[in-house]
Amino acid sequence: MSVATALQRPGGAPGAAAGRPAPPGGAGSGHRRLIVPGVLYLLVFFVLPVGVLLATSFYARVPGGELGEFEPALRWQNYPEALAQFWPQLLRSFGFAAAATVAALLVGYPMAYVIAVRARGRPALQGLLVVLVVAPFFTSFILRTIAWKQILSDDGRVVGALRWLHVLPPDGRLSATSAAVVVGLTYSFLPFMVLPLFASLERLDPRLLEAGADLYATPLTTFRRVTLPLSAPGVVAGTLLTFIPAVGDYVNSSLLGNNTTTVMIGQVVDARFFRVLDYPTAAALSVVLMVSILVLVTAYVRRAGTEELV
Amino acid sequence: MSSDRRALPGDPRVRELVRQAQGVSRRRFLAGAAGVVGAGALLGACGTAGPTQAGDGGRGDGPLRWANWTQYLDQDEDSTSFPTLVAFEESSGIDVEYYEDIEDNDSFYGKISRQLENGQDVGYDVVTLTDWMAARWIRQQHVAELDRTRIPNAENILPNLAAVDFDDGRRFSLTWQSGFAGIAWNREVIPDGLRSVSDLWDPQYRGRVLVLSEMRDTIGLLMLENGMDPAGSWTTDDWFDALDVVQRNLADGQIRQVRGNSYTQDLASGDAVACIAWSGDITSLNYENDGKFAFAIPDAGGTLWSDNLMVPKASSRRAQAEDLFDYYYDPVVAAEVAAWVNYVTPVQGAQEAMTQIDPELAEDPMIFPTEEILSQVHVFRTLTPAEEERYNGQFLEAIGA
Repeated sequence: MSVATALQRPGGAPGAAAGRPAPPGGAGSGHRRLIVPGVLYLLVFFVLPVGVLLATSFYARVPGGELGEFEPALRWQNYPEALAQFWPQLLRSFGFAAAATVAALLVGYPMAYVIAVRARGRPALQGLLVVLVVAPFFTSFILRTIAWKQILSDDGRVVGALRWLHVLPPDGRLSATSAAVVVGLTYSFLPFMVLPLFASLERLDPRLLEAGADLYATPLTTFRRVTLPLSAPGVVAGTLLTFIPAVGDYVNSSLLGNNTTTVMIGQVVDARFFRVLDYPTAAALSVVLMVSILVLVTAYVRRAGTEELV
Repeated sequence: MSSDRRALPGDPRVRELVRQAQGVSRRRFLAGAAGVVGAGALLGACGTAGPTQAGDGGRGDGPLRWANWTQYLDQDEDSTSFPTLVAFEESSGIDVEYYEDIEDNDSFYGKISRQLENGQDVGYDVVTLTDWMAARWIRQQHVAELDRTRIPNAENILPNLAAVDFDDGRRFSLTWQSGFAGIAWNREVIPDGLRSVSDLWDPQYRGRVLVLSEMRDTIGLLMLENGMDPAGSWTTDDWFDALDVVQRNLADGQIRQVRGNSYTQDLASGDAVACIAWSGDITSLNYENDGKFAFAIPDAGGTLWSDNLMVPKASSRRAQAEDLFDYYYDPVVAAEVAAWVNYVTPVQGAQEAMTQIDPELAEDPMIFPTEEILSQVHVFRTLTPAEEERYNGQFLEAIGA
């Protein structure tokens, strides 16, 4: 069943219902109809898969069965077993994602500020800069990550320069290290940080900055007391949009990391599911990941106190 | 039939390609580009769509979809097309979609196992899988039985490959290529070369060593190094002793990464200087890198494996696949492929055909192995399903999976 038929079903004549303002009494039901496609979409592509995921996480191995053969069960032990084995990878994922989020904020805030405030009044320049931020999305995620592998390779310029500067020891390297994974994550999700920041900084009233200066505040104080609080919704949205996908990412850790000290939980889920064919453990880890992110994000949003997230 | 035909016949460029395929033996190629395709497939293969017909092995519509490993079919000089495949399309009128989607056996199987179990189309009509994985597919009845009367050239298969324990009489599979796992190194960094797997653990190569994610090759070589024959009756302890070596060298950073088919990228970029490798890859890689790399079967011995062409049961294009198999079992075509991929060809008569293409290659023991080479290599013995699950699981866990 398609979304199109779902759209047409309620109300008989869809054209008439959409084209004419609804009569006063029926306004509520008219609005409710608009929500049908969205609800259906969520049911089919979110609620149902999450249900299947939850069910799978309790499956049990069929005794003497083939590889990857499981039967429906209520085996709650899958959870403690998965956590006992993979807690380091889970913790590491949150650590790497947090580091990448902070790095993306440090890099992304000045970028967003320049685009939104400094380039204000020059729409062509502003447009160009926004396009440049989004441009990486025009190429494949995988290709961009493989490009980083090349950039950070042992014989590359970056490693060469860092060795020359004695930041890295003569035999030091970047690829296949935690640093490479965090750099990759930061790069991958930077636009998700810049765009919400840009959206909120764009509304910054320059007269407030002038007022700050008039009141003898240093530029730094003005930034701390005026600009930063006003852009808080952007900061909260940007950090969430960066942190959440970064925690579950497995492309960066598989391509830029090694097989021991950089393994993230997404990589474990991928390997458990596609290579070991251990579906219940993969499902249990996914559920744990989802719940932990939900708890963390709720706590963060509560603390940040930002109700109107962009 | 005619609707399948590509608008190629008569095209002078195609003619040129075919001529090149018959006249030139060594072709340059972009190892990086091939590797990128493989890595993209790593993640892209999850949602392969296709017609879900329960085929009875007829001649269904649409192109023949062939899943293979990277650098495993002859390419032209720009790495943009596959001369023997183009010639096949032209002569047969069958359109072939060639995918370099197999990074390693486990990950490929994992991505399509759900469709296989449900008897659905897996997105490919021909798959190319290593002996032990082919054994699993045949045991689980995921492959279509071939009509050998439609593949007369299959009689050319080498006698030692004609009967294998997982497919007696070759009713379900045909060998694509065979090869050896051994050690490879960068000649510029290691001019004196390596002789044994233990040489990989020399501290001066710390962090610049790779091992393969194929358990039978990596563990097989390590067992041989420990004096155990992976083809013989080894014990669980022997297996775990070999795994310990991998874990120890991963933990202290001697091994940079455990890689599938994409290990050649790391050799080419210089990130790795020594590794466990597959024989033909190094020869191919050398065309691009002026002979910078060397391959050897370790003193303690190497492993021998074969990859097998099979048709998934749900494919509706078995007939076209059989035409393809018949074509590649022609000794002349087999020699052309072998001249580029540098693996052991399974086709009798290819050595004679090779003398026409490149007499030097006809004497290459890595393509036409001598008795001496064959005495140094071992086939990892067939594991029972229970053993396979245990050892594979342990190995994957050790390499961070």
